[in-house]
Amino acid sequence: MASAALPELAAVPWRAPIDLERLRRWGRLWTLWTVGWTIPFIVAGVALTLVEPMAIPVAVASFAHAWVVPELHAFRGASVLRQKGERHAEAEPVAHGFLADLLDHEPRDLQRQTGLVLERGRLGQWLVGEAGGILFLPGSRRVHCFCVGVTDKELPPSDRIAHLLLALRSDEIGFATVANHAFSGASWRVRRRLPKPMRPAFDQALAAARSAG
Amino acid sequence: MPRLVRMDATGHSQLAEWAGSGVDYDRAVEAFRAELEEGYIGVWDHRDGTATQVRELPPDADLVILRKPIAGG
Repeated sequence: MASAALPELAAVPWRAPIDLERLRRWGRLWTLWTVGWTIPFIVAGVALTLVEPMAIPVAVASFAHAWVVPELHAFRGASVLRQKGERHAEAEPVAHGFLADLLDHEPRDLQRQTGLVLERGRLGQWLVGEAGGILFLPGSRRVHCFCVGVTDKELPPSDRIAHLLLALRSDEIGFATVANHAFSGASWRVRRRLPKPMRPAFDQALAAARSAG
Repeated sequence: MPRLVRMDATGHSQLAEWAGSGVDYDRAVEAFRAELEEGYIGVWDHRDGTATQVRELPPDADLVILRKPIAGG
């Protein structure tokens, strides 16, 4: 007997299934959220400077906040791909061989090089890491970062990725619904927060998404 | 030959192997059900980049993988 929906969806019954329209709406909300954080600090900085030039250091702090808060949001988004938890050096080679067995030649090479799995889905291109995935929508410069993982910390890193990959392949909508939406924004904001060795995978995913648009 | 594999702390463990229906398949079914009882989720990997969740062990599957549940972080 086969089932289409992820059983993990039972843990989040209040969430509506993710679709492209919902993702676009989230994207707009994230932009508003970012603007909502940034503008007041900029306005406060400018106002302070105009009203009391002696308060310029405070104004600079206000401008810094306007810059730092969106950076922290982007950092949180990029974190879904970062390496996390113990490396389990003994079991990892076995797990890595198994993960490689699930991939075609090109994604396998990319995974070996960057530690990330590039997977084409119906919603777009996915880049999957140990603690989640980033979705690149077709023809869009915006990315959506999803935080999701296996709760068992004893699993080696490649097994954690394989868990996410199999869940994604089984039910992409369910995968995106179960995951927590960590960030949405311009791809460049996330890219520069990624460790350098991961960036080729990010670039490849972005190029694939753009060409599909 | 079809295999039943569990992803675990060792990297992965092969639990069963079978060829068509028979004693080996019955043992594999038993092992599969026992793992589901433990909370694992069965995934039939189609070897073409797609996968299907299964609650019964398909006799014609090439590779069935047992994974643990995932959750939003």
